[in-house]
Amino acid sequence: MSQHTFLLNGSRVTVDVADDVRLLWVLRDILGVTGPKYGCGLNVCKSCTSHINGKAFNPCSVPVSKIKESDEITTIEGLPATVGRDLHPMQEAWLEEDVSQCGYCQPGQIMAAVALVRKTKAEGRQITDADLDGLRNICRCGTYSRIRTAIRKGADRM
Amino acid sequence: MMVAEELDLPVDKVRITLADARPELLLNQLTGGSNSVRSIFTPVRTASALARQQLVRTAAAQWGVPESEVATRDGVLSHRSGRSATYGSLAKAAASDRTIRVSVSLKAVGDFRVLGKPQNRIDAHDIVTGRKKFGMDLQVPDAKPCMVRRPPTINGTVKAVRNTAAVKAMPGITDVAVVKYGVAVRGDTFGQCIDGLRALDVEWNPGTVDGESDATVLAKLKKAQLPLALPPLGVLSVEAEFTFAFASNAPLEPDNAIADVRPDRAEIWSTLKVPIDAQQDIARQLGLPADKVVVHVVTGGGSFGRHLFHDVAAEAAEISQKMGKPVKLSWSRTDDFRQGRTHPMCVSRVRATHLLGNVLTYEQRHTSSETSFSHGLGEMITSTAAELPIVGNYSFAQTIFLLSQSVPYNFGVVTQLLNEIPLKFNTGSMRNIYSPNVVCAQELVVDKLAAKLGKDPIAFRREFLKDDRLRAVMDRAVVEGQWGRALPKGVAQGIGLHAEYRGAVAVLVEVDCRPETVNRPITDGVTGPRVTKATIVIDAGLPLNPRGLEAQMIGGLNDGIALALTSSLHIKDGIPLEGSWDNYFYTRQWNTPPEVKVVVMPPTTGNPSGAGEIAVAPAFAAVACAYARATGAMPTSFPINHGRLGFEPFPSQPSTPASPTNGLDSAF
Repeated sequence: MSQHTFLLNGSRVTVDVADDVRLLWVLRDILGVTGPKYGCGLNVCKSCTSHINGKAFNPCSVPVSKIKESDEITTIEGLPATVGRDLHPMQEAWLEEDVSQCGYCQPGQIMAAVALVRKTKAEGRQITDADLDGLRNICRCGTYSRIRTAIRKGADRM
Repeated sequence: MMVAEELDLPVDKVRITLADARPELLLNQLTGGSNSVRSIFTPVRTASALARQQLVRTAAAQWGVPESEVATRDGVLSHRSGRSATYGSLAKAAASDRTIRVSVSLKAVGDFRVLGKPQNRIDAHDIVTGRKKFGMDLQVPDAKPCMVRRPPTINGTVKAVRNTAAVKAMPGITDVAVVKYGVAVRGDTFGQCIDGLRALDVEWNPGTVDGESDATVLAKLKKAQLPLALPPLGVLSVEAEFTFAFASNAPLEPDNAIADVRPDRAEIWSTLKVPIDAQQDIARQLGLPADKVVVHVVTGGGSFGRHLFHDVAAEAAEISQKMGKPVKLSWSRTDDFRQGRTHPMCVSRVRATHLLGNVLTYEQRHTSSETSFSHGLGEMITSTAAELPIVGNYSFAQTIFLLSQSVPYNFGVVTQLLNEIPLKFNTGSMRNIYSPNVVCAQELVVDKLAAKLGKDPIAFRREFLKDDRLRAVMDRAVVEGQWGRALPKGVAQGIGLHAEYRGAVAVLVEVDCRPETVNRPITDGVTGPRVTKATIVIDAGLPLNPRGLEAQMIGGLNDGIALALTSSLHIKDGIPLEGSWDNYFYTRQWNTPPEVKVVVMPPTTGNPSGAGEIAVAPAFAAVACAYARATGAMPTSFPINHGRLGFEPFPSQPSTPASPTNGLDSAF
């Protein structure tokens, strides 16, 4: 067992757990933060997509020991606070388009969408169909076309 | 929406919860067969209207005014004299303490204010903020994470475990127990359970289908085909035979259940479509009276038929009983693909004959590896019947097949027969059960007949359709989807039609099969032909929520695309090779059509149809027909890419792969 400290949704947290436990289980099973979902534990389905220092990543595939004290982890629960509002514009777009069906993948979808928009904005360009095709997040209910519409809408307001 | 409509309430004032298993409900607690809205449409509105009527009567009596002068709106009763009261304030007075016979009038469709109008999901806000609680998110005191080391072949069992003590001593691990199909490991985190189960040294007994692979199952299916009645008539007949590979229900939330079993009682939390059967069966397994087993139904991350079965809840109960502690059991993703329920492989053979421009006969022989209906119709009597040698699963399967299948064309003498072979794979109903395969085969043959008679596929269907609703949705799809528009060589349109659940759907797609599209590079993903555009037209009889209906159509479309092009299980030596979503290629963003249009037809019948499954079959058929046209060759084996294994399989042991450690490398 060893101690691990990092920033989680704006607060400093410290956990006592073995070095190689993946961050997803630290978040879900130890800290009770259940927005990031377990869909495969193989960095494939992307249901657990969260942000590390503003970039999308999958905590199922990162041992907690790789998280530095200065690293800021943001899960879906902490997303609105990054823009100082009750809902992030991408979440609002998701509601307007009524994207969700069962909803299991949607926190991860939204976190991936926000990172994608930030990336394309940093590159000074609009989201393209190729960008959207490159999103790997599985939605087993097949909400893909509403996801595409919502991302474009959310991007306009970010 | 139904409650809000008849009670004159805003939708957000209605809270809907999931009931525990209630045996007194008999056949009436089953979620499946796209039946929920159809079965509750009248009872729920009636109950709501009765409640409203009681409130009106109570207000009228208290105010000394005629009932006809009491108005209801947004949860408030009012009279023109200025008197008003909220529903809540009169609820107690309105309640009846005895059973009395009353009658009530339901609103006419024309008076609906809520039903028929687009309504967003009521759990949408909880979903997008991460607050919605799924089974995996529930916290039950001391129900620690638990996973199972599973056998190298389907339904294998444990012969010996050689290092139980060593695994129990691993960091975070609390318990290890041998169960029916593996060795359960309980610990502080699921990650530590994965480490623990991987470290187990287990010797295995064989499973139930050890010698079987795709090729052996296919050979058995071909041997079991029922004969066609008519001999082939040379130039006057069209013949085809189609093979459909095993597929996985694979909801995104891995199968899970929480169980707290004590010596004299048990409590279960799980996503269950047939909770009464689960309660009765688990009680029998635990040796407890049924009323000592409380079964809570919890919201799940998808089902697609998977949660008709309570095998995961039963396993959690077994583990909790053996460990003497509460557990939160989750199957791993790889468990779900390799040991979970499947839609079995099947073969559909069709022979149609024609003369002088008429189709005289249409014969279809559908042969499938057994589809389990062991959940029955909701409770013990019928679920036990499905296991009896005389009634048996076969009779159940026949009944479901005959009730769900029909040919919507005037094709003279029509026969559709099912035969099933009793191989012991873990199977079950997957979204739309038999229809996706049966209808895909049918629509490909219809296109072939049209070509043989020198007719356009739409003109041919219009001539032979016997269902006016199907004709209407097809005609609308032809306009919306611009049937016949000029497309480059290698790109083509296809149409699929299907009527079921008292509804009718047409799907028109365009598929791009040009090499530059088929071979577009995606890391660890199957690309292949791309559906570039899709138009879906649904006649739902009486659309209750057009926005939700649209969502169901989009979902069904993506399932149909997956079944036609990319998603299947490869069975090899008694187990599927698939172990992750980069092996089992359900539709991804790079496969989904960039352009999708759904048209909801105005009310036709006055009664709502089922919606959850109906789009799968026609979408599958449309993609197959478009692919045939684009490539010039009718596909006979599905999905199209099944013949080429597009991934390196995970080893069969340990049964769950280790989670990667390089996740930061792919951050973006």
